[in-house]
Amino acid sequence: MTPVFNEWRNKPLDEILYQCRELVEDTDFPTVKKWRADGGKILGHFQVYFPEEIAHAAGMLPVKLRGSQIDRKRADSHFGSYLCSIVRSSLELCLTKTVDIDIFVTHPICDVARNLAGIWGRNFEYPCQILYLPQNANSAYSVQYTRDEYARVQGEIEKIAGKKISDDALRNSIRVFNENRRLLREVYAIKRETPWLLSIDEAYVLVNSAGLMPREEHNELLATVIPLIKTRNAKKQDKIRIVFEGGFCEQPPLDLLRVIGNSCYVVDDDLLIGLRWILNDVPADGDPLKNLANAYINDSSYSPVQHDLRKPKEKMLYKRVQDAGAQAAIITAAKMCEPGLDEQVAYSKYLDEKNVPYFVSEFEEKMTGFDHVQIQLETFVENILFE
Amino acid sequence: MPDKTTGQEIVGRGNAEGGRLFRNWFDSLTTAKERNEPAAYVFVMGSLQEILRVFDYHTVFPEIHSLQMAVRRVAHEYLMEAEDYGYSPDICGYVKADVALQLRGGAHPMGSIPKPSLGILTNACNTYMKWGEIWERMYECPTFTIDAPGSRAIKSLDWRQDSYFESDRKYVEAQLRELIALCEKLTNKKFDIDKLRDILGKTNRMSAAYRRVLELNKSHPALFNALNEGTIYLGVVNALRGTAEGAQYFEDLVEEMEYKAAHGIGTLRDEKYRLSIVGVPCYPIFRRFYELFSEWGGTFVTSSYLWFASGGADLGFQYDLNRPIESLSEGVLISLRHAMDAMFFQNQWIVDQIDSFDVDGVVYHPIKSCRTTSTGLADNRRWVMESRDVATLFIESDMMDKRVVSEAQMKNRIDAFFEGLATRRLHAQTGS
Repeated sequence: MTPVFNEWRNKPLDEILYQCRELVEDTDFPTVKKWRADGGKILGHFQVYFPEEIAHAAGMLPVKLRGSQIDRKRADSHFGSYLCSIVRSSLELCLTKTVDIDIFVTHPICDVARNLAGIWGRNFEYPCQILYLPQNANSAYSVQYTRDEYARVQGEIEKIAGKKISDDALRNSIRVFNENRRLLREVYAIKRETPWLLSIDEAYVLVNSAGLMPREEHNELLATVIPLIKTRNAKKQDKIRIVFEGGFCEQPPLDLLRVIGNSCYVVDDDLLIGLRWILNDVPADGDPLKNLANAYINDSSYSPVQHDLRKPKEKMLYKRVQDAGAQAAIITAAKMCEPGLDEQVAYSKYLDEKNVPYFVSEFEEKMTGFDHVQIQLETFVENILFE
Repeated sequence: MPDKTTGQEIVGRGNAEGGRLFRNWFDSLTTAKERNEPAAYVFVMGSLQEILRVFDYHTVFPEIHSLQMAVRRVAHEYLMEAEDYGYSPDICGYVKADVALQLRGGAHPMGSIPKPSLGILTNACNTYMKWGEIWERMYECPTFTIDAPGSRAIKSLDWRQDSYFESDRKYVEAQLRELIALCEKLTNKKFDIDKLRDILGKTNRMSAAYRRVLELNKSHPALFNALNEGTIYLGVVNALRGTAEGAQYFEDLVEEMEYKAAHGIGTLRDEKYRLSIVGVPCYPIFRRFYELFSEWGGTFVTSSYLWFASGGADLGFQYDLNRPIESLSEGVLISLRHAMDAMFFQNQWIVDQIDSFDVDGVVYHPIKSCRTTSTGLADNRRWVMESRDVATLFIESDMMDKRVVSEAQMKNRIDAFFEGLATRRLHAQTGS
């Protein structure tokens, strides 16, 4: 397949970042369309985590369905009130064939997401599945179960791709994704160690674009851009170091991140955590599906949509704050996102206990006014700076 | 013994006896608290009482004590308290009511609720797991999640055809064995498999009778209203699962329903319209909500609530007592999967109910509090209306929060729905 995103090539850093921003904000999903126009098949998966290696090994493009800032003309009539925006905009993208996929996969991450297999299944002819990621991560049998469930999904993908996926193909995909995760860790290391070199919105577009192109292309992009960032001429400013929490599923508008970046160094976050869910390299030898399953359960990050007794979320957030050397946290949740809203209480109580200042807010992917948040945030920051 | 054949004792017995059993069960929780006896917090979908009863746990259903606050019209006090504590107005009202109850030391309008010694969570509703995390934080009590993977797609709902069923079953069995080990450790009691067999046998009797009761409502006129009388049955099927009293109650209920069917005794004197309700009742105005339909001669003959909120007991699954744990794992998986199908993939079921229960109209009641049961309903309605020429009504409110329940608006919509039903019937009669 020919590359789907060339606009960044042979460009200076600022131009590369601009092109990535344009791509991420483009509601027409041009790279996905190009892949399709070139004859490629597409697996669309809803947030938060999907073992994309399996689709990749079948030669398909795994596309992260993470909503969009679009006008919803058709999807709203398929939903009632009191629901988050991301499910509506994701359905709109598919109903309008803006993102034209061959198979849809959702997960039991929340009460809304698990309904999507039914909704998609009633409206599309292509397979619409739930990948039942384990909800009892603490059972000794959970790795074997997850491995079997991945094998089941692999079978579904093989039917779409029209070919068997060999273990060697899977191992190769694991290597590609290991490299991607390694590069993303480098991006986050820059944010943590030298945050003045890379603002939150810049880092975000680099990460987000991973879900919009073949991972080999994204690896090439990151491998090019990381050295440029490290040698960037930027001055350290008097901003507080914060952790941003609440971006694991529905995504905040880029302008909101920009507003936050104006007054804070975001030194760590959970934005699109699914792309960084696995913390270390997945072994490429042995049973590849079992390795992926084990990494999902035993070598992974945390989020409000995974229950794991080993990972009390409030303690994990506090650890994230400490590990990043942050002075404070922004605890957000998407509007109507029950897991995110539930967690805000636990986070804030625990941070109170630990004497970590925090700023609580809600967002929606389609919000357009940020003045109010900016004023509140600036006040919050000043309180910390002049304490 | 009363002369049941006269019907004087038998008709209405299920409602009265159900109320009595339910109150006794609730009182037993207050007593358990006073005696400091262990209580397990469980949910209606996947309560696992078959195992918990082996270890003599009292079972507390937070969903039930929360809804009882709404029925008793005090839910708003608890909701406000939880919101003051920090919880959003946009999350599950059951959760918030329970949080406030815990903050009040278990004080409930029907008694006093003991603290959890153990929490049993299932994946049937994701909020169950978030809820359990709250108890973990409040009490540092152990929790155990039973993960029973559901149907994977709308087009493959028959578990017998699923190649992955055995893999899922093994996963559930492994978890059940882990739960048994945890209970042994927490209670310092040895697991007694014969006691489990005995409890499974009682659940078998109860499930078979519950299924029969639901089927009997195909009678004309309908024998019970699935909305309000059905909720009484649900209380018993959950609270007394695995007990002799519970099994006897449903066997007596079958007798009552068969008697009513044989004698043409309906729940309404003049049944005009047979309805199906999809979703959870409107507990803040529970009685009035029922009346808004019954005043027009509308009876709810079926309800998806009786399916999912019974944890799939409507399937009537029968455990094989010769291999209790393996069979329990099958039963838990099949029943929970069935309950989840009732929420995520219920469109074909609704159509089947329309046909087999002679349903005139389907009422969809999505609620703010519960995204599990509400997210797919608008789309489901579109599908059903394309499949059958049936009247439907879509009304949104809540099962706990009276701030989003507008009785006047609801009445307007419901009245218009019945006027539409009358017009349809007239056109059908005149052939126009």
